[in-house]
Amino acid sequence: MFSIILTLVMLQESPASNIDWDKEFGVEEKVRDPLTGEFPIEPFAPDNANAGAEPFDNAKMASYFGGHEGIRKIAERTVELSEQDPRISAIFVARDTVRLKRTLFEQFCYLLDAGCDYSGRDMITAHADLGVKMADLNALVENLQKAMREERVPFAVQNRFLAKLAPMSKDVVTR
Amino acid sequence: MARLLSFTAFILSIVASPSNVAAKDGDFLDGGKLVLTNAASSIEGASGGGIATWATISGLETDRGIGVTGHVTVIELPDYGWQSHGVAIGIANRVELSYARQNFDTRDVGTALGLGQGYTLNQDVFAAKLRLAGDLVYGEPLVPQISVGVQHKRNLDGAVTTAVGADSPNGTDFTLSASKLILSRSLLVSATARYTEANQTGLLGFGSAAGKGYDFQFEGSLAYQLSRRAIIGAEMRTKPDNLGLGEDNWMDLFAAFAVTDNVTVTAAYADLGSIATFENQRGAFLSAQIAF
Ligand code: HEM
Repeated sequence: MFSIILTLVMLQESPASNIDWDKEFGVEEKVRDPLTGEFPIEPFAPDNANAGAEPFDNAKMASYFGGHEGIRKIAERTVELSEQDPRISAIFVARDTVRLKRTLFEQFCYLLDAGCDYSGRDMITAHADLGVKMADLNALVENLQKAMREERVPFAVQNRFLAKLAPMSKDVVTR
Repeated sequence: MARLLSFTAFILSIVASPSNVAAKDGDFLDGGKLVLTNAASSIEGASGGGIATWATISGLETDRGIGVTGHVTVIELPDYGWQSHGVAIGIANRVELSYARQNFDTRDVGTALGLGQGYTLNQDVFAAKLRLAGDLVYGEPLVPQISVGVQHKRNLDGAVTTAVGADSPNGTDFTLSASKLILSRSLLVSATARYTEANQTGLLGFGSAAGKGYDFQFEGSLAYQLSRRAIIGAEMRTKPDNLGLGEDNWMDLFAAFAVTDNVTVTAAYADLGSIATFENQRGAFLSAQIAF
């Protein structure tokens, strides 16, 4: 069946090369913002509640994470490790990881009460069409654990932070 | 028409190209669980601590795969030697099927009881466990993973179990377990209610000829996670005394370490109390598990 289709296809005249396929299908080209390097997204109302949990009420947490600088390293490293992780890298292809590094940092910083607001989308909206499975979540958690370990966050503190994120599993895992 | 067909060719080339095959899922032995969250293998072969059953499902699979484990356990006691081994299969982190063989070497006690030096009691345990609800790690912090289980035990030394006054060499235990890793405290808490008539978990048969039978017993574990790979804790397990031989509750202090993502070793100090009137059976418990 497949070979018949292929033969049929190959018998066709080749298409005119001057067709603008984007225009044919009404695809709008997205351009990175020259300042932030991020792609624009659908407008929405930013709200700290989108971060998915209440922040810690404990200044020690942020210092265990090395303040803004440490939190940024951990958020960015988690995204980088995941992009390189053969188990889940496919999910990050064609996603705006420039934006993700920023919003993930904001979320962590907000939850750790380190003085940030979260400007990203809520967890359900952000993960709605990613098709994340339970095993993918575990892989991401391992990468986050590695990133926290590299910044010498004590294990018990890592777990306290994961305790904030764990209940979000139901919003993130969609299949 | 030409456009449509060349577009079809374009789509087909994407679909057919191997480099575009998405991450596969639902595979055999694909792994995916966090290290240690498949638990160790309990002495009855079900996933759990050393002497307690947990609500966990064995194997490293998550909700779309199939996992397997194999384990060997030895307990070195003053008057006895315990050796058990078994296999388990976990299906979609939902169903666990396990088999374990227990061999209990009576050493000199065998002579004293007239069984013969080094007489070994043997038992097969066929078990199934079903996760009803909840997740050990994720979801609401105070909602545990809950499982029910059934363990059918066949003692291969019927003559001995009759001689000690048991009603039957075969029996079935029913378990209801709740387990949770409380991340905010790095604590693992687990509790199991076991409806059983087993004497010394069945090694001395089930019930008593005098009519003692099923009763509820309790198994509890409390453990602290030191690192991704290490956990230490304590367990206890209440036991009936159907035979009037002074059967004691059990307890242990354990440390488990995931040497690799697939191999976990557990070492414990176990206090099994009085066994067949020989008291103070305290000793070393060692278990190794391989999981995929
Ligand atoms: C509880 C666990 C998780 C948390 C707290 C989390 C957090 C976030 C946050 C804050 C964003 C940014 C939303 C925005 O920019 O508006 C995001 C987006 C994203 N997340 Fe997650 N995430 C989790 C799990 C996962 C998992 C398991 C995967 C995949 C393995 C994943 C993949 C992504 C991707 C690809 C995006 C970008 C989506 C896009 O730009 O369209 N996330 N996540």
